[in-house]
Amino acid sequence: MKQADIVVIGGGPAGLCAAISAAQSGAGVLIIDKNKNLGGQLIKQTHMFFGSEKQYASTRGIDIPEILMKELDKYREKVEIKTNSTALGLYEDGIITVLEKEDNYYKIEPKAVIVATGAYEKFLSFPNNDLPGIYGAGAVQTLMNVHGVKPGDRVLMVGAGNIGLIVSYQLMQAGVEVKAIIDAAPKIGGYLVHASKIRRMGVPILTSHTVKEAIGQDFLEKAVVWEVDERFNPIPGTEVTFDVDVMCISVGLTPLNELLAMRGCQMKYVPQLSGLVPVRNENYETSVENIFVAGDASGVEEASAAMVEGFLAGLCAAAKIGYKADDFDDRRKDYMNQLNNLRSGPAGSHILMGLEQIRR
Amino acid sequence: MFEKTGIPSRDMIMEKFPSMDRINKGPAAIVECYRQIPCNPCETACRFKAIRVGEDINNIPQINFDKCMGCAICLSKCPGLAIMIADGSKSEDTVEIKIPYEFLPLPEEGQLVKGLNREGAYITDVKVLKVTNPKSFDRTPVITIEVDRKFLYEIRNIRVEV
Ligand SMILES: Cc1cc2nc3c(=O)[nH]c(=O)nc-3n(C[C@H](O)[C@H](O)[C@H](O)COP(=O)(O)OP(=O)(O)OC[C@H]3O[C@@H](n4cnc5c(N)ncnc54)[C@H](O)[C@@H]3O)c2cc1C
Ligand code: SF4
Ligand code: SF4
Repeated sequence: MKQADIVVIGGGPAGLCAAISAAQSGAGVLIIDKNKNLGGQLIKQTHMFFGSEKQYASTRGIDIPEILMKELDKYREKVEIKTNSTALGLYEDGIITVLEKEDNYYKIEPKAVIVATGAYEKFLSFPNNDLPGIYGAGAVQTLMNVHGVKPGDRVLMVGAGNIGLIVSYQLMQAGVEVKAIIDAAPKIGGYLVHASKIRRMGVPILTSHTVKEAIGQDFLEKAVVWEVDERFNPIPGTEVTFDVDVMCISVGLTPLNELLAMRGCQMKYVPQLSGLVPVRNENYETSVENIFVAGDASGVEEASAAMVEGFLAGLCAAAKIGYKADDFDDRRKDYMNQLNNLRSGPAGSHILMGLEQIRR
Repeated sequence: MFEKTGIPSRDMIMEKFPSMDRINKGPAAIVECYRQIPCNPCETACRFKAIRVGEDINNIPQINFDKCMGCAICLSKCPGLAIMIADGSKSEDTVEIKIPYEFLPLPEEGQLVKGLNREGAYITDVKVLKVTNPKSFDRTPVITIEVDRKFLYEIRNIRVEV
């Protein structure tokens, strides 16, 4: 059995920052990620990020992993990285089971664990939603920005949150026509600066609209949408048909954290955090001692918050197992301030409401 | 309406513009960031301290037109691409407008392109004066266009037809 001080499950922005912070404190760190590359969602975010300088605002998401990897490299003798490795289980006796590639199955006994597994996309039910050409926004973004493949020629985007807006923009940058963006909510959910920059490319944003059905024989040929009333009931007679070969579903993310539930961490359904999330204290330690969480797995927010949560969880996990950084108090305070700052405006108010419900 | 469409009203736009006198004196940044979001690279980017967001990064950026030199650094740093520059000091009939533009093909200097408003609707042809795309702008080119003064508050985008 492999031994480790701290195992970080998931090497996205949250996991990378957790690893940096823990290694900086002097703990040994093992990062496990099921992907071939570290960076999580960042590797497809070709746009500039919001936030402030400390969270690499104005830097393009795709360029952030390199910055973080450079930082991590400073502690290389403390850090081990395992890619193509999926954490399959987190057991009551503290053991983690890992499958590397298809054949190497092994166990790790860590002193502490930081779960930073991110989130997965929600889908939408409507007739024929299994036709080829109907994708999640994340898949479209991966096709375009990681593999350089155009998903189609004419797109209907479903969802006007930040992801729907930004993926629409990136589709247009790739030369794909975006026919419209629809959203069932009465207002645009994403940042209005994003909405405005897509609108001035001539793409209509239809709020209070949802998908009625997809039409096509072997693949998507048309999408029919209709208006909804204040109670989200469709209004017959308001149907509009779009000639599209791609429908891109971007109706939100759900935290991916079954490992925590399996380990027996107390979980709670919190709509503001987009799903089932672990109860935790200010240090991001769950109800099970030495099991920490960070990033979207702890509640869906943004990479900016995910990184700060990672730094905080890494710092506190290291301290918990005996590697307390000299400037622990200052850094802990700084991370908490950054999180407060990111969440203190109207965009973060629902997050604060959600966090209220899971404080330990 | 803005919350439903992403299109700011004329009043909202006018509030972000400096006086005509100021525009006639030289380039000024117009920061069309209308709603609070946790973001402040515009403030960090400005060497002249012309934009202020403040301690709470959710504040709406405020610009001091007396300090703005129209250098366009903030245009390329704003993740919302919410900033443009207007300069009325060059001609009686036209204004020079600078906008960020992240699409290919980039226009050529001297080329006539379609001038679009904030809905993406075609308003008039505009002449491209300059395409600035240094490494420091990090893949957000800034396009300078010459626009008839009567469209100062309208033109906010271009379409390059191939
Ligand atoms: C289209 C889009 C646009 C976005 N735009 C912005 C933006 O402008 N600004 C911003 O701040 N945020 C943005 N975000 C959000 C941001 O990408 C996420 O909030 C952020 O990536 C969350 O970080 P994370 O580390 O928690 O999770 P992720 O980045 O999802 O990383 C999780 C990692 O865990 C790994 N993993 C999962 N399960 C396992 C397992 N069992 N074993 C091993 N490894 C596992 C995954 O492979 C992945 O690498 C955007 C997201 C999307 C999809
Ligand atoms: S144009 Fe230059 S001087 Fe004016 S606000 Fe932007 S960065 Fe500052
Ligand atoms: S950088 Fe742009 S989006 Fe961010 S606060 Fe400034 S103007 Fe708004």
